[in-house]
Amino acid sequence: MRFVDEFRDAELGRAVAGQILSLVEPGRHYKLMEVCGGHTHSIYKYGIDDLLPANVELVHGPGCPVCVIPMGRVDDGIAIAHEDGVIFTCFGDMMRVPGANGSLLDAKAAGADIRMVYSPLDAMRIAKQNPDREVVFFAIGFETTAPSTALTLKRARTEGLRNFSVMCSHVTIVPPLRALLESPDLRLDGFIGPGHVSTVVGARPFEFIPADYGKPIVIAGFEPLDVLQSVEMILRQLAAGRCEVENQYKRVVPYEGNLRALEVMAEVFELRPHFEWRGLGFISHSGLKLSADYAELDAEVRFSIPGVRVADPKACQCGEVLKGVIKPWECKVFGTACTPERPIGTCMVSSEGACAAYYNYGRFAREREVV
Amino acid sequence: MADRAGAVSEREQKILGIIETARGKRAKFRDSRITMAHGAGGKATQTLIEGLLAPAFASDVLNEMADAGAVQTGGVELAMTTDSYVVKPLRFPGGSIGELAVNGTVNDLAVSGARPLALSLSLILEEGLPADELRAEVEAIARTARAADVQIITGDTKVVERGHADGMYVCTTGIGRRDPRARLSPAALRPGDRILLSGSIGEHGTAIMLARNEFELDADIESDTRSLWPVVDALLDVAGPDIRCLRDATRGGVASVLNELARASSVAMIVREGAVPVAPEVAGAAEILGIDPMYVANEGKLVAFVAPDAADRALDALRRVPGCAAAAEIGEVRTEPPGMVLVETSFGGRRVMDQLVGDPLPRIC
Repeated sequence: MRFVDEFRDAELGRAVAGQILSLVEPGRHYKLMEVCGGHTHSIYKYGIDDLLPANVELVHGPGCPVCVIPMGRVDDGIAIAHEDGVIFTCFGDMMRVPGANGSLLDAKAAGADIRMVYSPLDAMRIAKQNPDREVVFFAIGFETTAPSTALTLKRARTEGLRNFSVMCSHVTIVPPLRALLESPDLRLDGFIGPGHVSTVVGARPFEFIPADYGKPIVIAGFEPLDVLQSVEMILRQLAAGRCEVENQYKRVVPYEGNLRALEVMAEVFELRPHFEWRGLGFISHSGLKLSADYAELDAEVRFSIPGVRVADPKACQCGEVLKGVIKPWECKVFGTACTPERPIGTCMVSSEGACAAYYNYGRFAREREVV
Repeated sequence: MADRAGAVSEREQKILGIIETARGKRAKFRDSRITMAHGAGGKATQTLIEGLLAPAFASDVLNEMADAGAVQTGGVELAMTTDSYVVKPLRFPGGSIGELAVNGTVNDLAVSGARPLALSLSLILEEGLPADELRAEVEAIARTARAADVQIITGDTKVVERGHADGMYVCTTGIGRRDPRARLSPAALRPGDRILLSGSIGEHGTAIMLARNEFELDADIESDTRSLWPVVDALLDVAGPDIRCLRDATRGGVASVLNELARASSVAMIVREGAVPVAPEVAGAAEILGIDPMYVANEGKLVAFVAPDAADRALDALRRVPGCAAAAEIGEVRTEPPGMVLVETSFGGRRVMDQLVGDPLPRIC
């Protein structure tokens, strides 16, 4: 595959790994956080850890859209899905996230009409094909997916679609990063910045990380060579005593972001005063809702939802995992009570979740030589 | 491995040990309802089979968990298998439900080392199904059976109300005669055995997904549905008793086959990602859809586990079978850690290739 295989070249990978080795100071431990779940997935899928020296540790961050959805929000979705005449649509991963009483997949087996879609436009198409049904789209994700929801809403309004609405659970990337950096139990040396989010927001919003907290951040792509190179760039900054925002993913990410996408988002969404994040609690100005102009397409207006805050199960340590405070396997229920087929926490659900990535790819990959 | 970032502490090792013990236990079927995941060929399917069905019908033959069961009668050893076909859409590039219903059952016999002899055919038809569509499938079934050299010797027809059965469901049962050259068993794998694949993977599942038009993605990919008996015949011919086990990599793909057999034989496997043949169109579609071709269904590819000394001649023989020029050796059987399949990635790292969880592609066969 052109434009993909080049970034999976093993020989180039070894060359970058050599550079990395020459940049680390012996005796110093480097803790770098990959913010985005897509990076976590790549790191495990390609075994990138295997190419890093022992004193460079990658810590998994909060950037997995499914992982940060709190249980109460899933229950709200299930409540709408059970309403008469509703077709409830969502992304595939979201269907397996447990709420207080089961997941959307369980609700589907119990009779609710819940359908997996690949984009909000698919949901809108279902609405057009079923004019006598109410079609609701469960919108999740960071700024990466928010513009496509916004465009869909614009189109739905232009076309006067009456039986379509959106349950908006979009979140923004900067507030949780700031919350993480304020957290006293985490010592990080630098960040591998979120590539997909940055295609929309650009690199500028991350300038506060070096400016206010003195840490380097390198926006990175998702192929294994991208991730390795971003590690090299962070280490190079640290070695030179620099700390700034750098962009490894220039082939896709413009420094100023995608202005058109940002405009559409600003038109359709407004910030919620606060939004609950799974495991992280309420974070101010971190969630999006539909603006007053679009209220008629807001599922939270159209349907009555319980809106009850459900405490995470006691045993679940998703919060610590999302903050990078503990490794997935350090969670008390990891792999025993909580598995991908029977998840307790969200991090075990999405393929971008740190626990699922470690469970599915990481276990046994390194610690024992295969004989 | 202490010099690597991924090197693992004693505590992590211990926790991984506990997890493996938990995984090794017989699966319990505890779900309150059937979900689509129970039909996807991954862990939930395994739970259903091992936790509910197998205990209820326990017998030595069934416990083998092979693709076909064995029956001895008057010195003749027969193999029997059954399968239902619920694919949507009924027709797709490279095949249709009728072709699948013949080849799928023929292949379960073939990979059990049995020469397919005869099939039963049961049709469940939806009220309102156009007769032309039915006629086309009946013709496809007849044509495919002739090509596979099996006869349809009995059958049944049922019609259900509109709204059920998505046009038609097809069930076939097949019997075959065990080939005396074959000594196949899922528990026969030994460390050092080579893993061969009869061709490029992922075509059937990808063709079906694209045929559903859910992605607005267009690519020239056809289902690989075919009879595997000529492939099995060629392998048994050159390496009979050295072929340890054969499996057709249908639902759940090659990854699921490898995981099942690693467990059944209590061995480890290592797969070289770069050695697995994948057509560029399939690789491209999988990349866009975010799926791994190793988990995508095939309807005309088998995985062969062969004793090391016979591996080269088995691969040669495979490549000479029409349609199998892309056959390749993709890895080998090891000792540790038992029950696990590991991948050496093309990028130079290593990871686990686990059983499938969930349901990425419903109703592909």
